[in-house]
Amino acid sequence: MSEPFMDLSFELLAGDFERAGEASSKIKKTLQQIGVSADIVRRVAIGTYEGEMNVIIHSYGGTAKAHIYPEYTVIVLEDAGPGIADIELAVQEGYSTAPDYVRDLGFGAGMGLPNMKSCSDCFEIASKSGAGTKITMRFAHKKA
Amino acid sequence: MLKLSEVRKILGARVLCCEEILDDVEVKNACGADLLSDVLAFTKEHTLLLTGMTNLQVIRTVEISDLTGVVFVRGKIPREDVLRAAAEKNIPVLLTDHTMYEACGRLYQNGLPGCSRSEGALLNV
Repeated sequence: MSEPFMDLSFELLAGDFERAGEASSKIKKTLQQIGVSADIVRRVAIGTYEGEMNVIIHSYGGTAKAHIYPEYTVIVLEDAGPGIADIELAVQEGYSTAPDYVRDLGFGAGMGLPNMKSCSDCFEIASKSGAGTKITMRFAHKKA
Repeated sequence: MLKLSEVRKILGARVLCCEEILDDVEVKNACGADLLSDVLAFTKEHTLLLTGMTNLQVIRTVEISDLTGVVFVRGKIPREDVLRAAAEKNIPVLLTDHTMYEACGRLYQNGLPGCSRSEGALLNV
């Protein structure tokens, strides 16, 4: 694997809904500036935004990182816990553990992980109860 | 396809943000939803969002998903900071007194389609 030509990193604070989406917005702008096609940029932005919301809603805080290569972008969302007890259940459409105030904002419908999976070309999730969660999404810049 | 200026007329809407670009913005589809997760999962680019939610996340969702603008239904006026965020991102914001059902119905009647998967969805799932 060659070295990425651009690395972006953003800190995500638990419960910080005011700034939720800023990382995705900046990653989106960067990809637009380097000429990645609009439909790919849109998928990266949506996948990253879902991930950002998940970290802000469910975790103690974490980071969103974008590793941009000429041919593809890798997004890594990592948090400090509390982790996911049953990953298989968590990636099912409609399953959610989000509290009511999150649902009042229009989120927490159990669509986040499935949407991240369908937006990306490659989706990996690693987590266990009591530890952090790490999600890696890869997006090819050109359609295969 | 409708211009946002036509959408404004059809809905008898007030313009809260970006009035100067309404003639330039073309809308291909519309989506009526309060569930922003659904908006992220099921809309296409150049879609107009109609919603009863008036929080900051609506503007973020419009920005992230490349939507053309937002119509707040049932006369719900968003907070100042929400309109400021829309202005910063150049996102047109309309306000109609019609309910969600009526606003969507009027646009549909005027030929604006929805975002259903059968019409070629975003995600090819």
